[in-house]
Amino acid sequence: MSKKLLSIRNLKVNIEDKEILKGLDLNIGHGEIHIIMGPNGGGKSTLAYTLMGHPRYEITDGEIKFEDQLINDLSADKKAKKGIFLSFQYPEEIPGVTVEEFLRTAKSSITGEQQRIIPFRKLLKEKMELLEMKEEYANRYLNLGFSGGEKKKNEILQMSILEPKLAILDETDSGLDVDAIRIVAEGVKRLHNENNSVLVITHYHKLLDYLEPDFVHILLDGKIVKTGGIELAKEIDKKGYENIRQEFANK
Amino acid sequence: MERKKTFIDDIDRGIYDIKNEFTYKYKAEKGLTPDIIIEISKEKNEPQWMTDFRLKSLEIYNSKPMPTWGADLSDLNLDEIITYIRPNADMKTRWEDVPEEIKDTFERLGLPQAERESLAGVGAQYDSEVVYHNIRQELVDQGVIYTDMETALRDYEDVIKEYFMKLVPPTDHKFAALHGAVWSGGSFVYVPEGVNVDIPLQSYFRLNAPGAGQFEHTLIIVEKGAFLHFIEGCSAPKYKVNNLHAGCVELYVKENARLRYSTIENWSKNMYNLNTKRCVVDKNGSIEWVSGSFGSRVSMLYPMSILRGEGAKSEFTGITFASKGQYLDTGTKVVHAAPYTTSTVNSKSISKDGGHAFYRGLLKVAPNAHNCKATISCESLMLDNDSKSDTLPIISLDNDNIDIGHEAKIGRISDEAIFYLMSRGISEEEAKAMIVRGFVEPITKELPLEYAVELNNLINIELEGSIG
Repeated sequence: MSKKLLSIRNLKVNIEDKEILKGLDLNIGHGEIHIIMGPNGGGKSTLAYTLMGHPRYEITDGEIKFEDQLINDLSADKKAKKGIFLSFQYPEEIPGVTVEEFLRTAKSSITGEQQRIIPFRKLLKEKMELLEMKEEYANRYLNLGFSGGEKKKNEILQMSILEPKLAILDETDSGLDVDAIRIVAEGVKRLHNENNSVLVITHYHKLLDYLEPDFVHILLDGKIVKTGGIELAKEIDKKGYENIRQEFANK
Repeated sequence: MERKKTFIDDIDRGIYDIKNEFTYKYKAEKGLTPDIIIEISKEKNEPQWMTDFRLKSLEIYNSKPMPTWGADLSDLNLDEIITYIRPNADMKTRWEDVPEEIKDTFERLGLPQAERESLAGVGAQYDSEVVYHNIRQELVDQGVIYTDMETALRDYEDVIKEYFMKLVPPTDHKFAALHGAVWSGGSFVYVPEGVNVDIPLQSYFRLNAPGAGQFEHTLIIVEKGAFLHFIEGCSAPKYKVNNLHAGCVELYVKENARLRYSTIENWSKNMYNLNTKRCVVDKNGSIEWVSGSFGSRVSMLYPMSILRGEGAKSEFTGITFASKGQYLDTGTKVVHAAPYTTSTVNSKSISKDGGHAFYRGLLKVAPNAHNCKATISCESLMLDNDSKSDTLPIISLDNDNIDIGHEAKIGRISDEAIFYLMSRGISEEEAKAMIVRGFVEPITKELPLEYAVELNNLINIELEGSIG
C-alpha cells in the first residue's frame, strides 16, 4: 500500500505531567492489521486513548496524521467522524440510554445523515445476529449490567455499525472465553478489508489465533522497540518480554 | 432542530416567554387588607362562610412570621404583589369562544393540540380565573365532575365545605394562610365510586400579568375503587418583578382507589414557587406523584402523602433541574400512619451553571404503623463545578417494625462517559444532553408521551448554551 492511513512520528504524551509515551513511531497502511503487544504500564492504553483524543492525555511533542491530515488536536467526536474507532477496555455504562438509541444517534452523527428508525433497526438486528447477541440487548441501557463479555461484544457491534477506517481494539480479548473471542475475531475480520485497518492492543495473543496480523509491534517504556511478523508474537508468548527488554536496554 | 441562543444571565425559553397584551377586567390594589379580601369574595359571589374563611386566613397570615429555613425569601415583597387579577373573560365551554389573545398563548403552548389528541378534559387557568373548561361527555355520564373551583363552590357547596383546606389548613404555614385568604381558580375533580377514568385529565396553569400572584386551589376526590390520572402543567412568561405562586393541592384517595398526579412546573426564572400539595390515602388506596420542577427563582415544594388506611401506598417520582440563579428546594414527605403501608421515593436532581438543587424529605412512621415498608432513593447530577446539590432526608421512626431502604448518590457528570459517547462521533453538547436525558429517563417514562416530549424539550432548552 502506497498511502499511509495513520502515521505517528515521535509522539510524546503526558498524563498529569508524567511522560508515558516517549517518542513513539508507528505507520499503518490501508487494509493492514497491526498488533501492539507489551507489558502493563508500557503505554498501550495511553496510545489508544491519545489516538481517540481523550482530553486528559496531553500531546507534548510529535505528530499524528490520519489520511495525511494532522489530527493532534481534534476532539474525539471529530476523530470518530474521520473514521477512527476505539473499542474500550472498560466501556462506560450509560443508564437510561438504550443501545439502539445511542447507536442510531452515533451513526447519524458520523454519516451526517439522519438514520431512519425502521431501516436502522433492521441493520442493527443483522449485525447483532452475526455477533450472536440477543435481540433484547438493543433495548437495554448502554452497557448497564452487561457482563464483561457482553460489553466487549457490544463494542464490536458498535464498530460494525459505524464502519470505521481504523479500528483500535484496546484489550478487547481480555476477560473473554474462547467462544466470545472467536465471535469478536470474526466481527473484526468482517470489518477488515483492503480499506479498513485494525490496530489490536493486547498483552497476550489469544486474538492472534484468529487474526492474521501484518505487523506485530512491541511497546515498551513508551516506545515501539521492535517490529516483526507473527513470529514475534509467538516468541513473546514463549519467552515473555524480558529478552526484548534486555536487548533494548543494551542498545 | 433549530438551535436557540441563550443569554449570559438568562435562558431563552422560546414560546414560554411570550407575553400577551391583555385588558384586565379587574385589578386589586397592591398589598392585602380585609377590605380587599371582602371585595374579592364579593366579586365572586361567594357564600358568607367562604368570606369568613378568607378573613380568618388573612388574620393567620398576618400573625405568622416568614419561614427562615430553606430558601431565602427576603427579596419577596408581599406588599408589591397584586394578588388578584382576572382576565376580561367569563367562563367558556367551547374553545372557539375563548378570546383570541388567550387562545394564542395556549396554542403556542400546544394545548389545543393536546386537546385534539384525545385528552379527557382541559382546564386552563389564565391568571386567576379558569377561562376554558371541557370534559368528555362519557365521563359526565358516569358522574365524573371536572370543573373550576368557583363553579364547584357554587354547584357543590356542601362537598367543598367538607373538604376545602381541611388537609392543608391555613394554620399550616404562612403561605397556606395567604392561599386561604386569596385563593382563586383551580380545579375540582370528583370521581365516583368504581369509576375508572382511563384517559388523563389535565389542566394548564399560566401566569401572565406582571407582578401577579397565583393562588389556584386544586381539590380532587377519588372515591372507593376509582382511578384517575390528573396532569397539571405550569408555565409562565418572564417579567421584571418577582412573582409568587402559592397554590394548594388537596387530594383525597379513598379505599382501594388510585390517583396519579403528574406535574411539570416550568415557571419563569423570577417566580417564587411556594406550593403546598397534600394527599390522604385510605385503606389499600394508592397515590402516585410525578413531579417535575424546572423554572422559578426559588421553589419550596414537598408533596406530602398521609397513609392513614391499612395497606395504603405512596409512590413519589420527582425531577428537579436547577440552573443559573435558581434555588430549588424540593422533596417529599410521607407519613406512615397505619400498619402495612408502603412508600417509595425516587428523586433525581440536576444542577448546572451555579444552580442549587436541594432535596429535603421527611419519612415519618407513627407508633401504630407496624410492618411498613419504605424505600428512598435520591440521585443528584451536577454538570459543572459551580453548581450545588444537597440531600437532606429526615427519617423519624416511632415504630421499629419497619423495613427501610435508603440510597443517596450525588455526583458530577462523568468525563469518561462524555468521552465514551464522543468517541462514537457524538458532539460534547449532545453527549451531555444524552447522559442527562438518560439520568431522568425513569421519570420521563412515567409521563404521557406529549409531556415526556415537553420534559425532554425543557431539558434541551436548559442545556443549550451551557456547553462549549
